[in-house]
Amino acid sequence: MLYGATIRSTIPCGKITRRRIDLPAGFIVADHRDIPGKNYVALIEPDQPCLAEEHVRHVAEPVLLVAHHDKHGLIGIERHVTVDYAAATPNYDPEKSDLCFKRIAIDKGEIDRGLRNADVVIEGEYRTGHQEQLYIETNGVIAVPGDGQMTVYGSLQCPYYVHKALVVLLNLSPDKVRVIQTETGGGFGGKEEYPSMLACHAAILARKAGRPVKMIYDRVEDLIATTKRHPSIVRHRTGLTRDGKLMAVDIDVVMDGGAYATLSAVVLSRGVIHAAGPYRCDHVRIRGRAMMTHTPPNGAFRGFGAPQTQFAVEAHMDRIAEQLGIDPVRLREINALKPGDTTATGQHLGDDASALPVLREAVKRSHFTKKRRQLKGTNRGIGLSLFFHGSGFTGGGEVKLASKASLELTATGARILVASTEIGQGTRTMHAQIVADALGIPFDAVDVHEVDTEFVPDSGPTVASRTCMIVGKLLERCARDMKKRLGRQTPAQYFRAHGPFTVTAQYEPPPGLRWDDERYAGDAYGSYAWSCNVVELEVDPVTFEVTPINITAVAEIGKAIHPMMAIGQIEGGTAQGIGFALTEEVVMQDGRMANAQLTNYIIPTPLDAAPIDVAILERPYLHGPFGAKGVGEMPIDGPAPAVINALRHCGYDVRSIPATPERLLTARR
Amino acid sequence: MPARVEALTLERPRSLKAALSMLARNPALMPIAGCTDVYVSMQFGTMKPQRFIDLWSLDELRGITVKGDTLTVGALTTYTGLIESRHVVRRLPMLVAASREVGGVQIQNRGTLGGNIANASPAGDTLPVLAAANARVVLRSSQGRRTVPFEQFYTGYRSSVRRPDELITAIEFPAIRGQQWWRKVGTRRAQAISKVMIAAVRGRDVRIAFGSVGPTVILARQAAAVLQTGGSVADAQAALLTEIAPIDDIRSTRDYRARVAANLLAQFWNNSR
Amino acid sequence: MRFTLNGRARTVKSHPMKRLLDVLREDCGLTGTKEGCGEGECGACTVLIDGVAVDSCLVPAAHVEGLKVITIEGAAKTRLGKALQNAFVEHGGAQCGICTPGMILAAAPLKPGASLHEIKTALAGNLCRCTGYPAIFRSVEAALTRKKEVIRARAR
Repeated sequence: MLYGATIRSTIPCGKITRRRIDLPAGFIVADHRDIPGKNYVALIEPDQPCLAEEHVRHVAEPVLLVAHHDKHGLIGIERHVTVDYAAATPNYDPEKSDLCFKRIAIDKGEIDRGLRNADVVIEGEYRTGHQEQLYIETNGVIAVPGDGQMTVYGSLQCPYYVHKALVVLLNLSPDKVRVIQTETGGGFGGKEEYPSMLACHAAILARKAGRPVKMIYDRVEDLIATTKRHPSIVRHRTGLTRDGKLMAVDIDVVMDGGAYATLSAVVLSRGVIHAAGPYRCDHVRIRGRAMMTHTPPNGAFRGFGAPQTQFAVEAHMDRIAEQLGIDPVRLREINALKPGDTTATGQHLGDDASALPVLREAVKRSHFTKKRRQLKGTNRGIGLSLFFHGSGFTGGGEVKLASKASLELTATGARILVASTEIGQGTRTMHAQIVADALGIPFDAVDVHEVDTEFVPDSGPTVASRTCMIVGKLLERCARDMKKRLGRQTPAQYFRAHGPFTVTAQYEPPPGLRWDDERYAGDAYGSYAWSCNVVELEVDPVTFEVTPINITAVAEIGKAIHPMMAIGQIEGGTAQGIGFALTEEVVMQDGRMANAQLTNYIIPTPLDAAPIDVAILERPYLHGPFGAKGVGEMPIDGPAPAVINALRHCGYDVRSIPATPERLLTARR
Repeated sequence: MPARVEALTLERPRSLKAALSMLARNPALMPIAGCTDVYVSMQFGTMKPQRFIDLWSLDELRGITVKGDTLTVGALTTYTGLIESRHVVRRLPMLVAASREVGGVQIQNRGTLGGNIANASPAGDTLPVLAAANARVVLRSSQGRRTVPFEQFYTGYRSSVRRPDELITAIEFPAIRGQQWWRKVGTRRAQAISKVMIAAVRGRDVRIAFGSVGPTVILARQAAAVLQTGGSVADAQAALLTEIAPIDDIRSTRDYRARVAANLLAQFWNNSR
Repeated sequence: MRFTLNGRARTVKSHPMKRLLDVLREDCGLTGTKEGCGEGECGACTVLIDGVAVDSCLVPAAHVEGLKVITIEGAAKTRLGKALQNAFVEHGGAQCGICTPGMILAAAPLKPGASLHEIKTALAGNLCRCTGYPAIFRSVEAALTRKKEVIRARAR
């Protein structure tokens, strides 16, 4: 087996003038000419080269690959394989960019009428920065070449994304490419699309060398080169009546996509759909654009656009409450979406619309109202955020994915065959629970096949909070079909008599779901989960350090298939949201991450952890397995605005995160 | 992995005497002990791969003793060793406090007091304590022994009076008469490089030292003099700001460090007697 | 280089400055100890040397000569190891599991009756991105309680 390394661009933007290789024998070097198929990483747009040809558009853009039998022999390889450039002027400002990856417009009612009928119009601008997923296991793959074939093993979330990228890059037919997920040490979206790039790299080297190639990033390379959360600038102009009823919601969203499109169009999509928050308003205008900058491409990270826009709307709501002299809870109660209301895209909400129940529960449990009064004028503050999160792919996305799941009868029970990956969220357990219950067999009689594209159907990517609600539902259908066929027999009996059989189910949209991609209107998601966070914190007047003291997270998720694991998602997502709010900052200098070490990219340690009071409410979603909606992403949407609102309560006006002590220094009101 | 390991060599003297002879013959040898910074520095390019001399097994450099008023701490004492020493707990609680906030337990079990001094980082967690405590650094070479007052040890950014053939063997602390004070402001509650740090003693003499606000630890003599002679906290803060030289870096800003250093000074004075 | 690894004598030929982490994973074939950062920040590489937790990515091979090293593969040999392993499973202390070996070894030296603050302090050098930590604290508390019960039962 050989080890691979990547030679990356050292400038943010420019033309490659020369590639210089000064290596002894025993090294294999590959460039874009070694790509048999198309030189791009197939995802949505065919714009991201696997290896740069003539131009580079960001620092750390891959240009050359090197393989060697000794991984230690690759240390310092950048001194022997160098690339010269003619640098051009980079642009780091998404608002000054002339390349737009995606533009989206959402219109409901007539915004000008809404603004005219408002007693008061309140504006605000809110900003979020990059956030690194920081899975504790870095990206890594092993590519194993065969005769006209390629197999890739990797730490990844979406084997079929990798599969598609390899097919395009290597110009192989789909049955000649195989992708196997290995045990994965965290993903959070950071291994949704990036592994395709890495797999392509390892495959190019493996193909050239005729030998397996292993490529594991060290933490520095992973931090510098792989995707981050899209930074955002969100502007609100909101018209209300004097008593706090929303009359007009006008929002502008700008997302920084980095150098190539990757998933920016979809991040923007989710961002704009959630931008108005869980509130009712007849007149809505939302404009969003995802722009190119000369920085490493941004990508998927838990929440996927919604943490950015819900940060803005919830921070804005508290400023509105303050300006109108209305209690922040009351403002939410007046405007929160209820069953029967329509969202910004005109989607009618069913009985499982739970904004008010989660708000009330969180307010009660946290003693919000009393503390809001008592803490005023102290170093402590308490703030809340109300938020929601659509499960599954947006609009027609699930129909396009056409996901499949299979269930195979075995001698002792059943085996699950899905492309959904276990990345810590409990996929295997939760899917096995659904099958066991629907089939009426013991949990231990269900096993889950390794995620290997040779054996499992394409269940779609493990993203978008869809693994339970969408894929779990497919498995429930498979199990019920299998149960019908088994009749009165146990799996063992049936197997002995007739041998194995496999049932497959394919996604069917719930009846009545309608989405218009042109007008960006209609049923954006099959279902929404709802949540409310309360954060009580203290600001140290000497150091401006912020210490969260108590956190409350109430989430309505349809049905908690595995309550302990659902709590785990809520606690974990909340902690990431606190990091997003307070400490996690990517310091960019000349288009490069300057703090690319774990000592300088700050996530919470055990001593930073505040207690989280978690409560789960259940309002079943008719089309989810046993009523379940999605839960994985929603918990990260709410903590940041709750923190900012608590800071406002104790005297700090902060409109961009992270709210570091350095920023609080000048934010005192 | 940092540098190619084959490019490194490690001398392993069996005694202090042998170590000192090796250093006399080859002063380019880099002494290492707990190694909590060695691999990190090599990886991030702040230290070239080179020939090392391993002090870790030299028990002569361990041990904490009290003789009369003087507490002597062996250079190889780890942070855990400091935390668990009843002598240090009784006589130098501010050193225990500083040790508790170094990294996490894993770092505390390996990092040494001598290493913290030799590494000479402007953010070294024990350094303001040593300055405020008026400690003395014991240096030995094959030529002999000398003691340097800690406040004269550093000559600039990451440079000291230690000659390449010398080893730090122990640190001596005089009795401290007065209340000890220490506070570190980091990026989080553990595993944090400090942004600003204060160590102080308030007795008949006032000694105040700051870390991370200059190229090396700063003994704030003028600020201390103001307070000692009955001046106001505001005047002491003004004096402090002329003594420190904080910068902007990837962790923090000059303005923050200056402001918080002044606040830490006030907090110390207002909460001590 | 001779040392005791998970209770058994072991001899390894390696460069004295090779990181203990690499010696364990490559020379000894024990991949339970993980590299999360290579800079002593994440604690995923935690092992016990003579009962004391260290980051093996920062320890030269030369420094374990003659000493006892415990990795996650030998955790059951520590007083608390087995109870911790069971508790992490039962109480959701492990989600993706990458930080778990380090967490268990960092917690292994704790004494029954340790407070939440003492638990947090013992684990302060171990980062987890999945759990947000509460489930890890619950797991460690459960293991300490269970151990206390076992000790009491044995004493009776």
